[in-house]
Amino acid sequence: MTAVAWGRKFAIVAGLPAVLVAVWWFATAGSTSVYWPPLSTVLETFGPTWLEGRLASDVLPSLLRLAAGYALALALGTALGTVIGSWPKVRALTEPALEFFRAIPPPVLVPIFILFAGIGDGMKILVIMVGSVWPILLNTVEGVRSIDEVLRDTARCYRFRRRTRLIQLVLRGASPRIVTGARQALSIAIILMVISEMFAATNGLGFSIVQFQRSFAIPQMWSGIILLGLIGVALSLIFRACEARILAWYQGQRAAQR
Amino acid sequence: MSTLETASAPPPQDTTMDHDAHTTPLLDVTGLRKVFAGANRAVEALQEVTFTVSRGELMCLVGPSGCGKTTLLRCVSGLLAPSAGAVTLNGAPVTEPPRGMAVVFQEYGRSLFPWLTAWQNVELPLKEKKVPRDERKRLVTEALDAVGLTDSRNAHPWELSGGMQQRVAIARAVAYEPQVLLMDEPFAAVDAQTRGELEDLVRALWQRLGVTVLFVTHDIDEAVYLGQRVVVLSASPTVVLDDVAITLPGDRDQITTRSLPQFAELRAAIYELVQRAKNGYRPQPDTERPA
Repeated sequence: MTAVAWGRKFAIVAGLPAVLVAVWWFATAGSTSVYWPPLSTVLETFGPTWLEGRLASDVLPSLLRLAAGYALALALGTALGTVIGSWPKVRALTEPALEFFRAIPPPVLVPIFILFAGIGDGMKILVIMVGSVWPILLNTVEGVRSIDEVLRDTARCYRFRRRTRLIQLVLRGASPRIVTGARQALSIAIILMVISEMFAATNGLGFSIVQFQRSFAIPQMWSGIILLGLIGVALSLIFRACEARILAWYQGQRAAQR
Repeated sequence: MSTLETASAPPPQDTTMDHDAHTTPLLDVTGLRKVFAGANRAVEALQEVTFTVSRGELMCLVGPSGCGKTTLLRCVSGLLAPSAGAVTLNGAPVTEPPRGMAVVFQEYGRSLFPWLTAWQNVELPLKEKKVPRDERKRLVTEALDAVGLTDSRNAHPWELSGGMQQRVAIARAVAYEPQVLLMDEPFAAVDAQTRGELEDLVRALWQRLGVTVLFVTHDIDEAVYLGQRVVVLSASPTVVLDDVAITLPGDRDQITTRSLPQFAELRAAIYELVQRAKNGYRPQPDTERPA
């Protein structure tokens, strides 16, 4: 019975992707177009293109820059968000400016950052961080602000020390919102990882895809796009696993309230 | 002390209590006044509230709905600064929540940390108090045992029923070993059966541990059943209307105590007082006071 249940679950998860791959496969099967190579050709080039060298020279640097930029955004967004959310006056003072900066599409900042930070890893990490910090920051502010008053009173009555109050009351209380922000930030960070490599870069996933496109290595370009999609799926699975751990209490509470 | 006949009966017959006589004031509330400054008018919640709670006493505060009970309790606990007057605990002025005080809130679901288990909820304040590990373990074990939650120690609050959640909050307060335990309508949101059980639990813990309890409620039956003394509050702006000694035997239980004629008399007397308070009765005329 459990085997059947597992089978059904697998069919639900894998069903649509299998259909899409099949449609792609058959729609391009006899294709002679340069821009729409058969999926079989794309998959044939996938191994030689990525697994023989580029994994270390392009994929890994991209992922490291993504990790650095995202980690910085998490740290900065949570820290600033906690400060802004804790003091209404600071919030009133900063909110208009934050709304302004948030509204600027991060890719337009790339040329500016190149001026200040050069074309190295630092610039790309900066772009990822600046672009993905906003959802984390703004959600943290809201999360900190909406912590229950009774819970705050409880922490005061039992004379929690500052550190305990920060961790056990403020950060954990705001954690559902922080995680929501972090999820939005992750997809922005992936986009910016690629975009930052399309300008003035010497390696990386985005750089490779643009190179393939410019040199008419179309199957390779398609394989890069597939790889990006796969990385996105993998990161989102990792994120879900972390979320399930951090917010187990929250999901349990919500299930109990239903 | 009281204008009520029932209260002129002999002093409390609480013979089950073997700790100190209830003479030393532990908690002293003098001339407490609280005015909330609104946008265009000030709202006076507390006018002048004065009472004392003796060491080892179980005192109930009762008053009509919306009479500022919660405001009073927040001032007494140091969570809210009064506009005038003073609260002293053991002779020391209360300006912020003091060390020797624990509060059980009405909103049990909101006062427990949902990310901590029952055990962790009880233990955290002790960690903050820097109680050594072994001592902490003993206190938490005893407190959870005392409220009958030994088996649920690893459950999160949301896995427990309302009554059980409030038990966790009570265990947390008891394990903290406060000099005075403040309870703000703690059973207003639980069902009637659970409420009876929890009332007996409070009586039992009080008798066993000798902790001083200030119990705020709007439920007159509850106040009479639990307290050694009931202080009746007026409608807002609040003053103390009366201080009634509850002359029921110390051993109380839900069936026999509540069917005593004396219980009915006390209940009726306080009920009448609260009704009068609702209709605006105040101890001295204060017609010169603007609304």
